[in-house]
Amino acid sequence: MTNYLEFEKSLAEIEGKAEELRALARSNKDMDVEKEASALDKKAEAMLRDLYKSLDPWRKCQVARHPERPHCKDYIEALFTEYTPLAGDRNFADDHAVMGGLARLGGTPVMVIGHEKGNDTKTRIERNFGMARPEGYRKAIRLMDIADRFGLPIIALVDTPGAYPGKGAEERGQSEAIARSTQKCLQVKVPMISVIIGEGGSGGAVAFATGNTVAMLEHSIYSVISPEGCASILWKDADKMREAAEALRLTAQDLLRLGVIDQIIPEPVGGAQRNRKVAMADVGKALEAMLKDLSKKKPDALVKERRQKYLDMGSKGLAA
Amino acid sequence: MGPKRAMNWISNYVRPTINSLFSRREVPENLWSKCPECGTMLFHRELSENLNVCTSCDHHMAITPRERFAHLFDGGVFVEVAVPAPISDPLHFRDQKKYPDRMRAAQKQTGEKEAMLVAEGEIGRTPIVAAGQDFSFMGGSMGMYVGNAIITAAERAVKLKRPLVLFSAAGGARMQEGILSLMQMPRTTVAVEMLKEAGLPYIVVLTHPTTGGVTASYAMLGDVHIAEPNALICFAGPRVIEQTIREKLPEGFQRAEYLLDHGMLDRVTHRKKLRDELITILRMLTGQPPAVKGDLPAPAGATQAPAPQPAKPGTEK
Repeated sequence: MTNYLEFEKSLAEIEGKAEELRALARSNKDMDVEKEASALDKKAEAMLRDLYKSLDPWRKCQVARHPERPHCKDYIEALFTEYTPLAGDRNFADDHAVMGGLARLGGTPVMVIGHEKGNDTKTRIERNFGMARPEGYRKAIRLMDIADRFGLPIIALVDTPGAYPGKGAEERGQSEAIARSTQKCLQVKVPMISVIIGEGGSGGAVAFATGNTVAMLEHSIYSVISPEGCASILWKDADKMREAAEALRLTAQDLLRLGVIDQIIPEPVGGAQRNRKVAMADVGKALEAMLKDLSKKKPDALVKERRQKYLDMGSKGLAA
Repeated sequence: MGPKRAMNWISNYVRPTINSLFSRREVPENLWSKCPECGTMLFHRELSENLNVCTSCDHHMAITPRERFAHLFDGGVFVEVAVPAPISDPLHFRDQKKYPDRMRAAQKQTGEKEAMLVAEGEIGRTPIVAAGQDFSFMGGSMGMYVGNAIITAAERAVKLKRPLVLFSAAGGARMQEGILSLMQMPRTTVAVEMLKEAGLPYIVVLTHPTTGGVTASYAMLGDVHIAEPNALICFAGPRVIEQTIREKLPEGFQRAEYLLDHGMLDRVTHRKKLRDELITILRMLTGQPPAVKGDLPAPAGATQAPAPQPAKPGTEK
């Protein structure tokens, strides 16, 4: 059962009709509906391609947040072997909004970390919807430190609405934890690769997404604030999220033009949620290529180039 | 003779007239202001001499970097460090107003170019580089310019081998610069790394308010964190948290004293004592002898050496 987004309504109708016809044919052997049904399929396919060819920024936000999109855990299971989770920040707790550990990517040992949103009510609550607390960032810092000392490349999968805005999180130094995590990303002498697989929500994303190579999935988003939040502050009306999404330039395509990210990983037609296997395999291929590229570089060059990249960033605006 | 007189006429009459028409900072509109905390009416001169701290209840009101630096540096003398101008309106951002219009309005209202002032000079005869964030300029928000200012300040400090003292004050990132404002988090962190590598002290003075991406980057990466009393310091603001957890927050939550209790700050210091404290800390961190405290004239003139201490009994040979 496909979970349709609001803008996919007409598509849902056509696909529904085709399904209905086939169901009818199954209960009535004399009926031949295949011709009609496949015509509907074709129509749906064309419509899907059309819809996804030019998604506007607000629609991209909806796709990026689609509950059936592959999440961090899915990517780790599909692409890595010998995944061995490492837990805890050694200070306070283990934050389940952030997962990570040792794993192999195509045989190479790496440290993989990422935000995990969960995929049903129970796991979503357990994962706090991918909103990390300071412990999550401190766990990531610890893991990045291990990677740095043992020469393992770091792969960060970013997918968070933002860092958790809670009382305890503030008391335990949410800001400091994020700042230190970003700082760690800039310090490590190993390849640092970040992929925004869904939502790159503000500072909570930056803490993992400061890398030598930063990639985004075709329909993922990365922004300083959610369109809803921006609309309620600048338009004084949260319903203006479409306008805000437009103005913020949060799509992978705009970010590539701005020089904020290095590459876009294409998604299957209709988004990663519609063809999870292919989407994940494509990310795997892209990761291996990025890793191969960065492995040639010396530790000092990795640090130097990473810093220079951020110092230079934004100097050209949309003309970049 | 003619052109010179014309120049005189321009500089003596036309320019001041234009200035008085456009700059609001020169003459306060109101000679009295009311303390928002205790309601006491304060005379502007008295208030400014007290560094914008209420003389009756010690409430710390906003102070612009320019005013702050005039009190901070010896004899009020400092040299402004030029900050490279970033590309303006990089996203062609438009909400209810165009971003360039908002910028122009802020510039006209404050008389400043942008939300951060970088300067070099001496405090207690201790050479430093200082950067001050201006909350009155679009909420002090961090965009490309503020990022450039912090990088420039760090580079200048490294070049001159001086400590950097940064006064933070901001509502967070500048939304009108979208993702590029967010990228100031890693950018300014690179600046902090430069200081660290050069072995130079980096002191952050967190003033009211310091929130969002600013707190979650350079403001929380100092060697020493000092906050002004009752300053709001947080990542997520109290309103956002109340909406999320749907409960009332405790008294004093996210205020400087609360953060001190929770281990996020080294000290909470009254604005009037801040200068002396900075001098004391910086001179120890840079291995210099104790400073002569108090108001010092500008560094140009020769200073008088302190009187030699009388020898203690029993030490004389």
